[in-house]
Amino acid sequence: MTSRPARAGALSLGRYATYGVLLLLALFAVGPMLVFGFNALKTPSELATSPLGLPAAPQWHNFADAWQEAAMGVGLANSVVVVISTALGVCVISGCAAYAMGRLRVPGSNFLIFYLLVTSALPIQLFLVPLFYLWTNLGLYDNLLGLIIIYWAVFSPFATLLIRSYMVGLPKEYEEAARLDGAGEWKVFARVVLPMVWPGFLTAALIAGLSAYNEFLLAVTFIQSTDKMPVSTAFFAFKSGYTQDYTLISAGGLIMVIPVLVAFLLLQRRFIEGYISSGMTG
Amino acid sequence: MAIMQVHRSAAPAARPGHAERRTRLRRAAVGFAFMAPLLVVNVVVIAAPGAMSIWYSFTDWTGLGPASFVGLDNYTNLLGDPEFHNALLHNTLWTLFFLTVPMAMGLFGAFLLSHIRRFQMLFRVAYFIPYVVATVVSGSIWESLLSPDQGIGDGLAAIGLPWLKDVNFLGDPDLALGTVAFVNTWQWWGFLVVIFLASMQAVSPQLYEAARLDGANRWREFWHITLPGIRPTLMFLGLMTVIWSFLIFDYIYILTQGGPAGSTDVLGTLLYRNAFANLQAGYAASIGVVMALVSVIAVSGFLYLRRRGWDI
Repeated sequence: MTSRPARAGALSLGRYATYGVLLLLALFAVGPMLVFGFNALKTPSELATSPLGLPAAPQWHNFADAWQEAAMGVGLANSVVVVISTALGVCVISGCAAYAMGRLRVPGSNFLIFYLLVTSALPIQLFLVPLFYLWTNLGLYDNLLGLIIIYWAVFSPFATLLIRSYMVGLPKEYEEAARLDGAGEWKVFARVVLPMVWPGFLTAALIAGLSAYNEFLLAVTFIQSTDKMPVSTAFFAFKSGYTQDYTLISAGGLIMVIPVLVAFLLLQRRFIEGYISSGMTG
Repeated sequence: MAIMQVHRSAAPAARPGHAERRTRLRRAAVGFAFMAPLLVVNVVVIAAPGAMSIWYSFTDWTGLGPASFVGLDNYTNLLGDPEFHNALLHNTLWTLFFLTVPMAMGLFGAFLLSHIRRFQMLFRVAYFIPYVVATVVSGSIWESLLSPDQGIGDGLAAIGLPWLKDVNFLGDPDLALGTVAFVNTWQWWGFLVVIFLASMQAVSPQLYEAARLDGANRWREFWHITLPGIRPTLMFLGLMTVIWSFLIFDYIYILTQGGPAGSTDVLGTLLYRNAFANLQAGYAASIGVVMALVSVIAVSGFLYLRRRGWDI
C-alpha cells in the first residue's frame, strides 16, 4: 500500500470504481433503515402510494401513537433493568473467573476454556425446555430476575474469554509487589489488576448489554405478562398483533433501535474491537 | 531480587516443599472461589438442563408432569417424520447459503476496504450498523420493504420497473426461505466485513509488495496472498456459520413462523412447536439433542483437523 503514490495515475479509475462499489454496498446496508425512518413519518395512505419516497408532511405524532399503543415505555424501562443487571452481573462473574484463569493460574484452566467454548456452541434449544420447567418451579418464570440470571449464564462464557485475553498480557511484577506489601487476593484484583484491564470489562459490558437488549428467543419464552416484557418482545407483540399499520410499526421499531444506534455511534471503536476479538479467536 | 530473598527465607531448609505446597493449595482454593459464580450459573442454566434434555429425549415427557422411559422411540420417530426431514433439509440449505453468499460478500467488501485509506472507518461503521439492529426490528424493516402492496416492488413499478410488483416474497412457499435468508444476510454480512478486514490488516505488507513486484493483479493478490493469510479467521467463521445455521430460530420465527406450508420450517422452530404448542417435550428434546450433536461434530472436526497440523 506504500507504493500507491507512484502508481496513483494508473489506479485512479480503479480507485473511483472501488469507491463506487463501496458506496453501493453502504447504500444496501443503510438504505433500508432510512426508508424505515421515512415510513415512520408517513400517513398509512401515503405509505401505500409512495412506499420508498420521502414523507410529504412528517407525521411526528406517529411516535407518540406507537409509544402508547405498543407500550414502549414499559418495555424500555424493563429493558433498562435487564441490560444494566446483565452487563454488571456478567462483568462480575466473568471478571472473577477470568482473573482466576488468567492471573492465579488455577489448575484446570485449559479445560475450563474448552468447556466454555463448548457451552457457548451448544444450542439454547437443548436446555430450553428443562430450564423452562425448572424456572417455573422456582418461581423464576415470567420474572425479570429469572431472565437476567439466564443472560448471565449465556453471555458470561464469551465475556470470560474476552476479559481473560486482556489479563494474560499484564506483567506479573505489579501483583507480586502488591502481595509483598501484604495485599490479599481481593485487594490485588480490585486495586492492581482491575484498573489496568478496565477496557476489557467495558467491551464485555457493552456487548453483553447490547445482546441482552436485542435478545429474542429467551425473552419470548420466559416472559409472558405484558407489563414485564422487555422492549424486544413488547415490540414483537405489537407488530404481530392486530395492527397492520406499518407507519406505527416503523415508529415503534425506531424507538427501540435509536438508543442502540446512538450508543454504537458514540462507542463504535470499542464495540467493533470487542466483536473482532470474539470473532477471530478460536 | 527482593522476591527471591523472601522466597528463600519463607521455605526453611528442613522441609523445602511443604510451605510452597500450602501456598499453592491456598492459591488454588482462592482461584476456585473466584470461578464459583461462573460455574454455578453455568451449571444451573446450561449444563444441568442440557443433561436433563438428554434424559428426557428418551422419555415421553409432555413438559409438565412425570416422564416415563420409552427407549429410542423419539429418535426412531424422528427418522420417519417428514416434518423433521423437511426442517433438516432447510437447515442444510441455510448452511450452504451462509457458507457461500454472505462469506463472499464479506470477503469482497473487506478486500475493497483494505485498498482504501480515506473513509475506511466510515464505511466500516456503515456496514456494521445492521448488525447492532435487533432481529425484531430488522425483521419489520424488511417485512415492510418486501410486502406485496407497499414495498420495493411498488416503489420500482412507480419508476417503470414492474418486475417485482405484486411478488409476495414472504408468502410464496418457493421464495420464503430464500427471502428470510436474504434478510438475515443483510444483517450479517457487515459483521463479516469487519472481521475479515481486521484479519486482512494483519497480513504482512511485505507479501503484497513482493507480489506487486512480480506484477500480480488484484485478483491474484487476493487469491494467493489475502486468502491464505486470513485462513484461520476464514475457517473459524466457517465453523461458526455451520453451528449457527443449525441453531437458526429468530428470523424464521419472527418473519414466517416456519410457514407458509412448512416452507421455512427449521429444526429450531420445529422443536419450539413440539415443546410449547404440541406438549411433546420428550420429542422436542430429541430434536435438541440432534441440534447439539451437529455442533459437537462441527467443533470436534475442527479441533481434529487443527490437531492434525492443519493451519486453521
